[in-house]
Amino acid sequence: MQYIDNIIFLILLVAGFGLFAKSLQKIYRNIRLGREINRNDRKGERWETMARVAMGQSKMTVRPVAGVLHLFVYVGFVIINIELVEIIVDGIFGTHRFLSTIFGHTFYNFFTATLEVLALLVVIGVVVFFIRRNFYGVKRLTMKELFGWPKNDANWILIIEFALMMAFFKMNAADHILQLRGVLPEHGSFPISEMTLVPFLEIFSFDNGFLMFVEKGAWWFHFVGILFFMNYLYYSKHLHIILAFPSTWYANLEKKGKFNNLESVTKEIKLMMDPNADPYAAPAEGDAAEVPSKFGAEDVFDLNQVQLLNAYSCTECGRCTSVCPANITGKKLSPRLILMKTRDRLEEVGRNIDKNGKFEDDGKKLLNDYITKEELWACTTCNACTEACPVLLDPLSIIFEMRRFLVMEQSAAPQELNLMMTNVENNAAPWQYNQADRLNWAND
Amino acid sequence: MDFNIKTMAEFAAEGKSPEVLFWVGCAGSFDDRAKKITKAFCKIMNNIGVDFAVLGQEESCTGDPAKRAGNEFVFQMMALTNIEVLNMYEVKRIVTACPHCFNTLKNEYPSLGGHYEVLHHTQFLKKLMEEGRLKIEGGAFKGKKITFHDPCYLGRANDEYEAPRLLLEKLDAELVEMKRCKTNGLCCGAGGAQMFKEPEKGNKDINIERTEEALSFEPKVIATGCPFCNTMMTDGVKHFNKNEEVAVKDIVELLAEAEDL
Repeated sequence: MQYIDNIIFLILLVAGFGLFAKSLQKIYRNIRLGREINRNDRKGERWETMARVAMGQSKMTVRPVAGVLHLFVYVGFVIINIELVEIIVDGIFGTHRFLSTIFGHTFYNFFTATLEVLALLVVIGVVVFFIRRNFYGVKRLTMKELFGWPKNDANWILIIEFALMMAFFKMNAADHILQLRGVLPEHGSFPISEMTLVPFLEIFSFDNGFLMFVEKGAWWFHFVGILFFMNYLYYSKHLHIILAFPSTWYANLEKKGKFNNLESVTKEIKLMMDPNADPYAAPAEGDAAEVPSKFGAEDVFDLNQVQLLNAYSCTECGRCTSVCPANITGKKLSPRLILMKTRDRLEEVGRNIDKNGKFEDDGKKLLNDYITKEELWACTTCNACTEACPVLLDPLSIIFEMRRFLVMEQSAAPQELNLMMTNVENNAAPWQYNQADRLNWAND
Repeated sequence: MDFNIKTMAEFAAEGKSPEVLFWVGCAGSFDDRAKKITKAFCKIMNNIGVDFAVLGQEESCTGDPAKRAGNEFVFQMMALTNIEVLNMYEVKRIVTACPHCFNTLKNEYPSLGGHYEVLHHTQFLKKLMEEGRLKIEGGAFKGKKITFHDPCYLGRANDEYEAPRLLLEKLDAELVEMKRCKTNGLCCGAGGAQMFKEPEKGNKDINIERTEEALSFEPKVIATGCPFCNTMMTDGVKHFNKNEEVAVKDIVELLAEAEDL
């Protein structure tokens, strides 16, 4: 019976990681529903971008208050995960504070003290974030588009992180008292717990058995909590803690103003312009495969894989929406919603595939059922959203692909734009002026 | 007007090629307000003796508004036609006063076979200044408050924030920056083919929001570097009935004024 703890631990561990792996697989499968895009060039630059933006948080510094608090939570999270190694070893082998045997006395003291300080910073971070989000009225965090799950999700994340840190402190505090009483061997230094929880616990002069229970209980809570949180990620915007890395790696490295040129169109036009081309010639064998089924994007299948990855990586912070000129002036467009809706639709498609084995037409599309034309036509393509995104997501590219679909597949542009396009086509200017008058300004 | 405007065709007929091709753009060719910007730029070029040509009737829309509206067909039709003309004249260097033309020629033409050195007029003038060919005496603007509105397609789209500011500083004016400037600049509302349609329903128009910000500094001049921004800001200033007190001017217009051209 003495191994029962270890066995339960192992089962939970395997189940937790197994479920998480399954979720990641599902995300991977869903992302692969998109069109392939070649973003494997300039590898050095990509690693550098990822290191700078995702690991180095370089774009978070633009808003210093949120940036510093985010850094607390981020660094805390990363380093406290080293604790996870210890938890796993202790859990499987029934040891106590395993790392102390490797680190040696002094370094282990330093290590645990550092973790305590970082945990405190995380607590400060999440508490201020909670207040900021719920009572302070930062516009981008209180907009109507977040009502419901997105808002609750954000709060759950903060509450879970808070609870995990509290369990960590409780565990250390109980452990420390037991160490002082000589019940447990002395390992580690716990300055924060010593200052806060230890005196509090001492007031009650709990007996060793109870403190042992607290220490173990908090340890288990911490462990199960981590497993739960990990599996919660799949349902949460908090996925960004993982996907921010690939998203920044696969980010667009070109100038923001450079929109891609469709090669399929180039071929058509070159043929059109070629005086020697035979207009009645049958298309060459094998050409049919090269012609894309569609121009632009109507549904998630028509978006590229990086765009779908972006949708999963968005943490709904709304920095994009808060700088969007259309949104600022009360129009329906919100770049954040473009990504959120893309993710919603992609998840719906994923569930459809889970249920039917493959995608069965559900009569819905990303266009119209999720994203409306009114939103798409309000975009000025100014790139404020892409500049603002802390993890280099590109909602503009989705808007642009959907416009392409509206115009090239459905001829559904606003009438004034049709007029402009006709003018460009016929007079080589967006207005109805004669090309022969182009130099008139020189003689006015 | 002692204008000396030569076309690419005229240069070719003489068997010569100019130092730079001036891409005028649709606004610069046809829009009455933007034509003044075109002329101001030509005056500066003439004044310092830059050998430049225009395409004249051989120039077409770059295709920018069609592309950004989503019409890749019309865009590429324009692009490939323009590239054919440009390559025929063996054009190496292009300068333009329109950030939309600038962006399209610079970024989107290369993959279609059009490789040129493309400069925004502020970048070109900055170069001329560094080479000592352009000298600016800023007396006329001494102490006057000027604020600069960053065009999205020059700034965020192509990371050029410095050249326009450098030129403005030479005017000895008091350059005040709006809160939303440089990477955080606010669009004038005309980009992405919005110039050619009514805006979607909202609380206000984007150009009104932007002009309000600019006017809050009580500047003498709102400086622009894009004919479309110029139109939008001019409309905004009129909206607030400030067109008597506040001028909306392209940087080259200010430079031409400073030089009394």
